Amino acid sequence: MSIDRRSLLAAAGALGAGALWTRQAHAQQPSGAPIRVGGTLALTGPLSATGLVHKLTGEIYVDALNKRGGLLGRPVEWVLKDDQSKPDLARTLYEQLVTSDKVDLLIGPYATGGILSAMGVAQRYNKTLVHHTFGIPNLAKYEQQFPAWSLGPDPEKTMPAMVLDALAASGKPPQTIAVVTSKFPSVHFVALGAREVAKQRGLKEVLFLEWDFGNRDFGPIAGRIKEANPDFIWNGAIGLEGNQLLDAMKKIDYAPLHHFYHVPAPAPMLKAPEANGALATTIFEDHPPFTNNPIAAEFVKTYRERAAAAGLPDTAVETQAAASFSAWQIIEAAVVATKGLDDKAMATWLRANKVDTIQGKLRFNERGNFGDDLGKVKQVQNGKWVTVWPKEWAAPGAKLQTRGVTA
Amino acid sequence: MHVPSATLLAQAVLSGLFTGALYGLLGLGLSLSWGMLKQINLAHFALAFLGAYLTYELSSHRGVDPLLTLVFIVPLFFALGAALHQLLTRFKVTAFNSMLVTFGIAVIIEALLQYTWTADYRKLESSYAEHKLRLGPLFLPVPELITLALGVGISLAVWFAMRRTDLGKAMRAAAEDAPIAAAFGVNQNALALMLSGLNAALAGVAGVCIALAYTLSPSQIYAWIGVVFAAVMLGGLGRPLGPLIAGCIIGVTEAVTMAVTAPSWAPLVSFSLLMAVLLVRPGRVA
Repeated sequence: MSIDRRSLLAAAGALGAGALWTRQAHAQQPSGAPIRVGGTLALTGPLSATGLVHKLTGEIYVDALNKRGGLLGRPVEWVLKDDQSKPDLARTLYEQLVTSDKVDLLIGPYATGGILSAMGVAQRYNKTLVHHTFGIPNLAKYEQQFPAWSLGPDPEKTMPAMVLDALAASGKPPQTIAVVTSKFPSVHFVALGAREVAKQRGLKEVLFLEWDFGNRDFGPIAGRIKEANPDFIWNGAIGLEGNQLLDAMKKIDYAPLHHFYHVPAPAPMLKAPEANGALATTIFEDHPPFTNNPIAAEFVKTYRERAAAAGLPDTAVETQAAASFSAWQIIEAAVVATKGLDDKAMATWLRANKVDTIQGKLRFNERGNFGDDLGKVKQVQNGKWVTVWPKEWAAPGAKLQTRGVTA
Repeated sequence: MHVPSATLLAQAVLSGLFTGALYGLLGLGLSLSWGMLKQINLAHFALAFLGAYLTYELSSHRGVDPLLTLVFIVPLFFALGAALHQLLTRFKVTAFNSMLVTFGIAVIIEALLQYTWTADYRKLESSYAEHKLRLGPLFLPVPELITLALGVGISLAVWFAMRRTDLGKAMRAAAEDAPIAAAFGVNQNALALMLSGLNAALAGVAGVCIALAYTLSPSQIYAWIGVVFAAVMLGGLGRPLGPLIAGCIIGVTEAVTMAVTAPSWAPLVSFSLLMAVLLVRPGRVA
């Protein structure tokens, strides 16, 4: 058996982190009244599959935080409510959290609709809101809101550019593109951006299709893609739509050359054999070099154990869990740096400083308090998501594949 | 507008027929319940998904062939349907109130599904999904063919039973005028129980078809309500062939629209058709 230098360094880092984690765990016991952090998650309803990921992540973080001494020497309590995947209910619950529960700090829900509702309440009470996965930066108007998902202020430009960069470096760079998309708001505007970026790069658009969110029959859409036979499909699909289109293409014996899915349902896509080679974006995957960060490595390990115990079908940490973990890291960093719980002071500090998270260093000083787009490109390879681009973030030995074959 | 090839158009028509058959199968029990029992049973959709999850469970974890699960699901759902009818008649629930009560039951079933199978997506990996037939350049996936066959077969069987058997005639008579039917010796309560059981069993059969072709999540119960209601209204209440024919019209219209123009126009075209038919021939497409 041989051990390469990268693995050796990773192992040494992980050992060091373990020691550090243990030392911190015994540093001090928090005491006094708990600091209460309030938020909602979609624990029931259509978004609840992902809501469970965020719940588990938050529980892991708060447990570890309290073992490390809490915040400001006090224990941390997470006041979590179920918004039932309803933005209108999220608004009511955030009102309750501020006015009735009188929480000290707010943490956002995930998904754009719920976050927008929470943002409105936070603005009304001048509370700082750190949230998980907000998909439309242009709508983030409140100055004391901070996104934990490093999309950048212009994902409609940066995301397609990154994906096309990855494909351009592949063995079969695409010459033609089909942009097919759901009209769901947070994926639709990026698909429109993809059309522009592709045009600027000289790709010929052979098909553009939009469907209403909730479409059931993907057969005719698959048929039109097959007829257009593009080199690359930009699929503005959200949730199961990606699987539905893949399934429909499989039924008419069509396997795309390059195919990208904006917000795929991670676990179902891994389980579909026809998804091999599917591309998506990510901010974190549970493989090196992401897990070379000792905090990330520890989180990945704990998450795997707890997710397996909770019966989750996918126990790997990816974008949702990483954004959720980062949100807690942002709150912790702001409280520690300002030595208090003052919302305005925390917001001022966050806009002026970078926060080290498991997805990288986040800054909040551009439009909508977004910073750099830290997205990467990942691909389904042999039933596993692996990062393939940029090269320095690729999983060990992983390269972009075309129809399941490395170019 | 895109000019599709003959192959694309024909494949779209097939795709629409397959989807329409499922609309029809889901709509059949709803239509009979609404038209003959005067119960607008929104729990029908939840029962269908309960059937789908049971199929998933029995096939994925117990190794039972998905179609063989019908042997277990049909009698179980028949009993559930009869029990539901007992509940609604015991409290003298009116037609409008039945919609509210059964919506509540649907929410309870959804919570039960989420508690048992969590909110994560579940996909039945069956050997049927790997097979498809070829008809020249056209593809006929086996799960969808099974749905079409069940939809057509069951709709025709129910239509025949309602038209040609004494039991069916008695059911129609009781639905038309219960007191007069009772005067002729028709046991309305027993027939209503039987019909309610049949409707729930049909939901179970639709559930097996859903499990064969779709990925499951509890909240998808509600995704089908609008279009299946349209198929039921278009097909005429209490008419066994109506939902199937109307479902296929809606499915094919939507699929062809998607093949020739923007897919987002599909619901607009099909629901415009629904309004036109309701204006010209209300409740009489079949």
